[in-house]
Amino acid sequence: MLRVGALIVGVALLAALVGPAITPFDPAHQQLALRLAAPSLAHPFGLDELGRDILARVLAGARISFVVGLTVVIVSSVVGTLLGAIAGYFGGRVDDVISRVIDTLMAFPGLLLAIALVAVLGPSLVNVLVALTIIGWVGYARLVRGQVLRAREFEYVQAARALGAGTARILWKHVIPTAIPAVVVQATLGMAGAIIGEASLSFLGLGVQPPTPSWGTMLNGGRAHILDAPHLTLFPGLAIALLVLGLNFLGDGLRDRIDPRSHTNR
Amino acid sequence: MIRFLIRRLLLTIPVLIGVATLVFSLIHLVPGDPVQAMLGESASPQDVAQLRTKLGLDRPLYEQYVTFAAGVVRGDLGVSLRTNQPVTTVIFERMPATMELAVSAMVVAIVFAIPLGIIAAVRKDTRIDHAATTLALVGISMPTFWLGPLLAIIFSVWLGWFPVSGRGTLANLVLPAITLGAPLAAILARMTRASVLEELRELYVLAARARGVSEARAVLAHAFRNSLIPIVTVIGLQFGAVLTGAVITETIFAWPGVGRLLVQSISARDYPAVQGCILLIALTYVSMNLFIDVLYGFLDPRIRYE
Repeated sequence: MLRVGALIVGVALLAALVGPAITPFDPAHQQLALRLAAPSLAHPFGLDELGRDILARVLAGARISFVVGLTVVIVSSVVGTLLGAIAGYFGGRVDDVISRVIDTLMAFPGLLLAIALVAVLGPSLVNVLVALTIIGWVGYARLVRGQVLRAREFEYVQAARALGAGTARILWKHVIPTAIPAVVVQATLGMAGAIIGEASLSFLGLGVQPPTPSWGTMLNGGRAHILDAPHLTLFPGLAIALLVLGLNFLGDGLRDRIDPRSHTNR
Repeated sequence: MIRFLIRRLLLTIPVLIGVATLVFSLIHLVPGDPVQAMLGESASPQDVAQLRTKLGLDRPLYEQYVTFAAGVVRGDLGVSLRTNQPVTTVIFERMPATMELAVSAMVVAIVFAIPLGIIAAVRKDTRIDHAATTLALVGISMPTFWLGPLLAIIFSVWLGWFPVSGRGTLANLVLPAITLGAPLAAILARMTRASVLEELRELYVLAARARGVSEARAVLAHAFRNSLIPIVTVIGLQFGAVLTGAVITETIFAWPGVGRLLVQSISARDYPAVQGCILLIALTYVSMNLFIDVLYGFLDPRIRYE
């Protein structure tokens, strides 16, 4: 499972990196005479409503998906890990404040808050990143807080404290590392969530704006042509589903490696 | 039990305050002047001033907040700018459609996922299990906004079995319910499999088998029954995902529910209606979580004494 996941994600990453350079067509180039043309040898995924090559656009869209996935995961995991570690380690009022914020954000079903934020901030790639990060860090913070609460009582942590190590050193060297494996699993699955999140917002017209080729925007464009040109919907959707499946395989595989209990249940 | 109930209800209060505060702040997050944004650049200064007064945005922030909070408690969420009706009226007109869709989606998920999960657990490590597990992972990875159009292409365009959009007949409900139910079904099938597998290893199942109880009875009446608590919890917790998924599913199938209302209100910059929809969905979600927590304490008395 881990290998299949890594293979899918690796191929998608490669396609995002070198794909746009290899395809003979520019993702923005319009051939209006050929609009909605079905897949052919010259255009394996066909052409869209403005006569643009869908394969070129799917490859360019992969870049957007990776940029969103990686940015959201990196920022949310760093912010979430730090705040979770602080809440768990210090407890008391600091923990109360951070935990109440977490509870409030968790009271919104994931994507709903992102929709609300982008609705008021305005549709753009940057606002999508902001909104997905605001809903994203909470999961890491809760996870790390739980791990740190446990780690705080470990004997080696108490020993470090007794030896006079500072709080920052204890957190950085002894406490946070115990949470890293769980954070890595969460990050892999979180990347799938962020990619779906961006595509959902773009599909609703709230995310990346045309003509930038995002998979969600492409699916949104395909909606009007479901009857006469289903290939507009087929290929970008297949790309998202495959990449997300790969990331889920990878996340599940990593979790099996890290948590043997989940492995016996598989 | 009463003490547990009271404590759980008290714990919900700060969350409710947080949710209301966040929804209140939304309109203040609009870059620039929210009133100008609502009316457009061409609006006259008089119109802008009039709407600002109507929405109370010319008053001090704390006064706005108190008015908003009092309104929420009374069930008054202001007036929709698009339809000129009270926001609560507009939302409650759409609510039955969303509930119909959400409940149907959950029924679809439960009917498919639970038998699949049980079969996968009983036939662990066989081809059936591998197929079921892979199917579930594919289901989780399949975004709603792709599955919906895909089902529409196959079952409406090619086969002509169901209408592409609208509401009214049972045929209209089938594709939206499957679209919205599929991710939940996938999660539920995985959870059922894991939960039943765990119970199947317990000694009481071995004891039941040793007593000569039939295999079906050992699995269904013993193992499955005890694995129900986590399954019920997942169903409850996934209700929020179903409500959010409804926003997308309703958009795909032109289903006249709260989700579609939200998207239409966003396009029209009808912020009072946007706030109302978000608040209502969040409150439904919080209530559902509360209900599940209480139910959990009811089903498993150990939880009450924690």
